[in-house]
Amino acid sequence: MSLLSVQGLTVRYGPLEAVRGVTFSLKEGEALTLIGPNGAGKTSVLRGLLGLAQAEGKVFLDGAEVRGRSPEALLSWGLVLVPEGRALFPGLSVEDNLLLGGFTRFRRRENLRPDLERVYTLFPRLLERRRQPAGTLSGGEQQMLAIGRALMARPRLLLLDEPSLGLAPLMVQEIYRILGELKREGTTLLLVEQNAKMALSLADRGLVLEAGEVALMGPAEALRQDPKVVEAYLGLSREVEEG
Amino acid sequence: MDATILSFLLLDGLQNGVVYGLLALSLVLVFAVTRVILVPIGELLMFAPLSLVWLLEGKLPGTLWLALVLGGAWALMARGRGALLPLVGGVGLFLLFLLAKEVPPLAYLAAVLLVVYLGVATYRVFFQPMRGATVLSLLIMAVGLHVAYQGLGLVFFGPEQFRPAPLLSGEVVVGLSWQGVLVLLFAALSLMALYLFFRFSLFGKALLAAAENRLGARLLGIRPEEAGMVAFGIASLLAAFSGLLLAPLINAAYFMGFMLGLKGFVAAILGGLASYPVAFLGALLVGFFESFTSFYASAYKEALVFLLLVPALFYQSLRARTVEE
Repeated sequence: MSLLSVQGLTVRYGPLEAVRGVTFSLKEGEALTLIGPNGAGKTSVLRGLLGLAQAEGKVFLDGAEVRGRSPEALLSWGLVLVPEGRALFPGLSVEDNLLLGGFTRFRRRENLRPDLERVYTLFPRLLERRRQPAGTLSGGEQQMLAIGRALMARPRLLLLDEPSLGLAPLMVQEIYRILGELKREGTTLLLVEQNAKMALSLADRGLVLEAGEVALMGPAEALRQDPKVVEAYLGLSREVEEG
Repeated sequence: MDATILSFLLLDGLQNGVVYGLLALSLVLVFAVTRVILVPIGELLMFAPLSLVWLLEGKLPGTLWLALVLGGAWALMARGRGALLPLVGGVGLFLLFLLAKEVPPLAYLAAVLLVVYLGVATYRVFFQPMRGATVLSLLIMAVGLHVAYQGLGLVFFGPEQFRPAPLLSGEVVVGLSWQGVLVLLFAALSLMALYLFFRFSLFGKALLAAAENRLGARLLGIRPEEAGMVAFGIASLLAAFSGLLLAPLINAAYFMGFMLGLKGFVAAILGGLASYPVAFLGALLVGFFESFTSFYASAYKEALVFLLLVPALFYQSLRARTVEE
């Protein structure tokens, strides 16, 4: 049975249809990546999924349909988003940001300490800077904090929106090394990326989105060799963007 | 001016200043969490002592019905399990008012709880449904509520001024009554409580987080409507206590709240509606400024206080950056 199954997801902003009838599913422990050009509707898929944007279509978690989608309700199931732009709390300390990641679990009186230790083991840099305001971190460190904060909620399914955006190439590799580690530990990942090369090297399967519709879907390995994908997303353009 | 007058003015300024300070902190908190400039905070403040006076005379104040009507609307809008809080709160409040007639300790409690309930219901009924609106629309709603609540205050309590008996009578030294000491003590305690809440409690930090990044907070399960209710609750609580403690010193009447709220607002603006410490210090400045201008040029007292806004706004406009929504 699939962990997440999305059927015919359509996302609208007023009269504008950003996503049309997108269908995909994810098995436990699997990593799926959504790639595609700017404006293809990648982020909108996530927003529609979480109930942050007006959306039609069905979403199943563990085979049960989710009604009245909201980030809060999905969070308690274990669906956690690391949004584009990270949405950190710049005035609060690194440690407070992390602790707030476990806020719903804190309310259920669960102990957050072991999770905090785990995040600090994954990201030793955050331990060094735990008393600093989050706003003083570098871009890469902020991305680490955003991922660490999401981990505090013990995600069963982690959604990541452009984790490599605006980061130096070395930092991108560091972030992906950690995502790979999370995947090996069994976290299911749904990764939205413009950096198709990195995303396809990590993911098991890929989905190419074009103008709000699924253009291609298949094993990451196959997509990496697909001439159309190579030409559109893995070619020279990538190097230019990274530079 | 001799030393006696100077100390009178300083004490007077301090006593008013700390109340403006608490109002300013409430305004900053409410604005940070919900983007609402809580203009009717002055009315909430005045409803507390006026309701108290009514209860002590054995009458049920009209504010109770207002609170229950808004509570009913809140329960209808919330439905399901969310309706439990307004329903239980409303029934509890009503029973408490029946018991509290002519019983001073209960009457004080009832007046505070009434204002808190009314404040939270105000948020839930009027502001929460328009949470996506611009700051300007929210401000228009706030001004509308201020006018409505002030008018209702006139209907409920009439145009007279009331002076409830102080909790503690007598003077410590000439110029400083025990009631004034209570005001100062309450302000100090509130500041400490707010500091501890925001510094050490994860709930307090969740509120700060909701103020810093609404989307981020939502994604972590910090519901914006809950954060808004807590912010309005804290603001109403501070306003209710301030009103009850201040009323024996300055008289209570339906129109008195607005000026107090406005001075709190001036102080909050001095802190750019963002900084808590600057807002509080600004409020002390407003208090001192007011007491000295009322000595030297009492006719222009209010005008001169608002003159403080000019340099503050000028400074804010110089350092203003583009505001991100």
